[in-house]
Amino acid sequence: MDIHNIKDGSPKAAASHHTPFDHGFLHSVESGAAVDGPGMRFVFFMAGCQFRCLYCHNPDTWKLHNGRRITLDDVIAEIKPYAGFLKFAGGVTISGGEPLMQAGFVGEMFRRIKQEFGLHTVLDTQGFLHGNVEDSFFDNVDLVMLDIKHFDPDTYKRLTAQPLQPTLDFAQRLKRLKKPMWLRYVLVPGWTDGAEDIARLADFAADLGDIVKRVEVLPFHQMGTQKWEQLGIEYKLKNYPTPTPESVAQARTIFTDRGLMAV
Amino acid sequence: MGILSENISPADAWSGFKGEAWRESVDVRDFIQANYTPYSADSTFLAGATKRTLKLWEDLSVLLKAEREKGVLDVSANRASTITAHDAGYIDQNAELIVGLQTDAPLKRAIMPNGGLRMVENGLEAFGFELDPSVKEVWTKYRKSHNQGIFDVYSPEILAARKSGVITGLPDAYGRGRIIGDYRRVALYGTDALRAFRQKDFHALDNEVFFAHVMRLREELSEQFRALDELREMAAKYGYDISKPATNAREAIQWTYFAYLAAVKEQNGAAMSLGRVSTFLDIYIQRDIDAGLLNEEQAQELIDDMVIKLRIVRFLRTPEYDQLFSGDPTWVTESIGGIGEDGRPLVTKSSFRFLHTLYNLGPAPEPNLTVLWSTKLPTGFKNFCAKVSADTSAIQYENDDLMRPKWGDDYGIACCVSAMRIGKQMQFFGARSNLAKALLYAINGGVDEKSGVAVAKGFEPITGDVLVYDEVMAKFDKMMDWLAATYVKALNTVHYMHDKYAYERIEMALHDRDILRTMACGIAGLSVAADSLSAIKHAKVHVIRNEAGLAVDYRIEGEYPAYGNNDNRADDIAVWLTETFMKKIAAQPYFYRDSMPTQSVLTITSNVVYGKKTGNTPDGRRAGEPFAPGANPMNGRDTKGFVAAGASVAKIPYDSALDGISWTASATPDSLGKTDEERAQNLANCLDGYSAAGGFHVNVNVFNRDTLVDAMDHPELYPQLTVRVSGYAVNFVKLTREQQLDVISRTFHAKM
Repeated sequence: MDIHNIKDGSPKAAASHHTPFDHGFLHSVESGAAVDGPGMRFVFFMAGCQFRCLYCHNPDTWKLHNGRRITLDDVIAEIKPYAGFLKFAGGVTISGGEPLMQAGFVGEMFRRIKQEFGLHTVLDTQGFLHGNVEDSFFDNVDLVMLDIKHFDPDTYKRLTAQPLQPTLDFAQRLKRLKKPMWLRYVLVPGWTDGAEDIARLADFAADLGDIVKRVEVLPFHQMGTQKWEQLGIEYKLKNYPTPTPESVAQARTIFTDRGLMAV
Repeated sequence: MGILSENISPADAWSGFKGEAWRESVDVRDFIQANYTPYSADSTFLAGATKRTLKLWEDLSVLLKAEREKGVLDVSANRASTITAHDAGYIDQNAELIVGLQTDAPLKRAIMPNGGLRMVENGLEAFGFELDPSVKEVWTKYRKSHNQGIFDVYSPEILAARKSGVITGLPDAYGRGRIIGDYRRVALYGTDALRAFRQKDFHALDNEVFFAHVMRLREELSEQFRALDELREMAAKYGYDISKPATNAREAIQWTYFAYLAAVKEQNGAAMSLGRVSTFLDIYIQRDIDAGLLNEEQAQELIDDMVIKLRIVRFLRTPEYDQLFSGDPTWVTESIGGIGEDGRPLVTKSSFRFLHTLYNLGPAPEPNLTVLWSTKLPTGFKNFCAKVSADTSAIQYENDDLMRPKWGDDYGIACCVSAMRIGKQMQFFGARSNLAKALLYAINGGVDEKSGVAVAKGFEPITGDVLVYDEVMAKFDKMMDWLAATYVKALNTVHYMHDKYAYERIEMALHDRDILRTMACGIAGLSVAADSLSAIKHAKVHVIRNEAGLAVDYRIEGEYPAYGNNDNRADDIAVWLTETFMKKIAAQPYFYRDSMPTQSVLTITSNVVYGKKTGNTPDGRRAGEPFAPGANPMNGRDTKGFVAAGASVAKIPYDSALDGISWTASATPDSLGKTDEERAQNLANCLDGYSAAGGFHVNVNVFNRDTLVDAMDHPELYPQLTVRVSGYAVNFVKLTREQQLDVISRTFHAKM
């Protein structure tokens, strides 16, 4: 699968063919922060993403084959030492990269993690490739963290190099499935901090109803700069300012004004 | 009714109390179990500080500021301290609810030459004070100190090991500490009854054969008897008659504090811990509240006032001592919470009130508030503890589910992590031996890598250019035998002499006659030694020798798994080291006073000094670089995050380290969650997870690195910034710059 060929904006065509079930490519794991879902999370950062977000803080996860090849047994072995702890403290999050790039394998990961440990599970995605998976995929997912990068289709495209609509369709699908979700929005000065754009996104989120358990407004940061440099890719947001605490608070207010829980 | 009832009028003091056994003999635990009121709800009942409390704390803050600037505010250098050496002293006599100071003025330090005159002289000199010539004359001409006694006995090998730092921190020039008197006994029974009880103990030995150990015990009991009298006399100077039991909450707190105060007037112990008083005192507070004599604000005020006193306990120490134990700590450890043997949580409203002082008076390192954690604690208390941690970084947690099966439900923590049954057990504090340096001795055949001096005699060095795991292990095994033998000999000497020349009269008066003594050995450099062995085993370690043929550096080819990443290839080595050294300690032929050997994995802040004294190590650590504190993974090598690091530490078996295993974890607020409630909830859940995994102890620090960096540059803005280090907390601004840098370099767990 070559991510660079995805040009037509048709997510179904993009990756549905042959995503293997028995192995996948893992960028890295991390075992302890409370920022990737409820409680302390064990996080699998899967390799590969078809987005090219200008503000990406993990550009080193873009290429699938930069990852380490792993099997389901490897996944279980990674979690096992922490399962007892995670039962008390949080659960497992599969993030990336974009985990739905490896939908077959990721679905099996969720199934095995539920089966063997009964842990709380989170899928962290931008939703673009949701067409890859059946509804039953979400039976083993307790919470979806859906990243919506922008609400204006044109800006979305400029920001991510991909179309917006599949992500919105995915949100509607989660509504139909009654699947709890957290909506995540990265606040980048000059790019995503327009009050009207945020308001339209907030209207959309409010319309999704009570499946939206919280909205996270994430201030853009510069901690990914070094990775861009190491990869030798031009970082357009280099030396870009980070948002002020006031602007982050204002953005949150737009969501809370609509009855949403925003942090 | 037993012996006690002859001396008291239970109708007043004990009115309304239930239970029988505690009336017949000294049994504070039984009293607590029969009378305490468990509290399982949340913290909303708590009251803020009163104006009076705030005023008193502000008055004191002026003195504390002056002390920070001078190092030591004042010293009472004209007399050796005893329980009764000083007149009554006050911060503001009219405003204080709980009274009593170590000398006649706040923050004025006493001198206690029983431990060693040189320590006193150096301490005075360092801060610009002079010793009274008459004191000097007494302790040079007529009276021998603990320190002199020890050096009359030490062998050349012990002296060499001590000098090189392969054994460090021995309490041979200062008070050993880590003994907790059951200060509650004075409140419950009064000194008259305790004296009578001691007299009975004494006469029970009248017809024994007078072996040396029987005569020693009789002499000690007589000293204890006398010390109880002095305690009563000291309280009388403040206008209180404590010969009888306390009759209300204020008296119970005052009596308990007087007993503790007598201990810190008499002993300059490394750690002078308080024990486990909050739930005991709660019984008196609750009785007064029920009787309409006290409201919540007044109850909190009493606790606040006691804590103010505990915050200003001071000892005169030398700058060298401060290098070892930074930030002027006293380890006034108070153990809070835990679960009873009958399954009821020992959490009361006063458990909350003690923690609440960190809000009412602001954060502070002392008293060293220690929560005895169990997954079975009430949720309201768990969340409150976690909130206090997230807000103040001033408390530590120890696993009650591990300790209760060993020590029952009325133990307290002495110093940082040493559990002991209150009034029934004490320890011979043994500092620690340096396993990382011992590994270098194995490689160099007992020759010190820094000085070139042969410290351990009769060993052959490794001569190959690449370290072979099996060969290193065989030599290391023998070197640990040598180290254990030398170390235990030193400890036997120290404690024999401490009993002889600096006996803890009042603390032991508040113990049972027959007690369990532990010989609390310790190890330092666990992660450095484990990583070094992992490097030798899993990578290729080349030896670099100097002209004299001494291995002084190492070159690592390839990668090795490091301890702290939940990787058994490295973690198993750390477990093996702990178990093996404990076995070698336990195999020694003699332990003074039939003490039970134990060991801790704890360095306090001496990890900096140990690092200084240890050359380059095969794990890639550079000479002089600080060790990781306690059982922590080496700074920066625990790359898989907080949970993996904790999982590695939790593997160190408590059975091989019954004196405690210390882990210090620092997290940024953001890594714990987005909101205050969420951070508290997540932290509480983490503590449950860590406890359930068998983790023994954790210091929790929650702050941003930037805050610490800013505090280094602008200390005046952070007078109360509190940081938990290995087993205790310090005022960050009181650390040396070197120690501040070490704290900052410690792994902060934050996600990008």
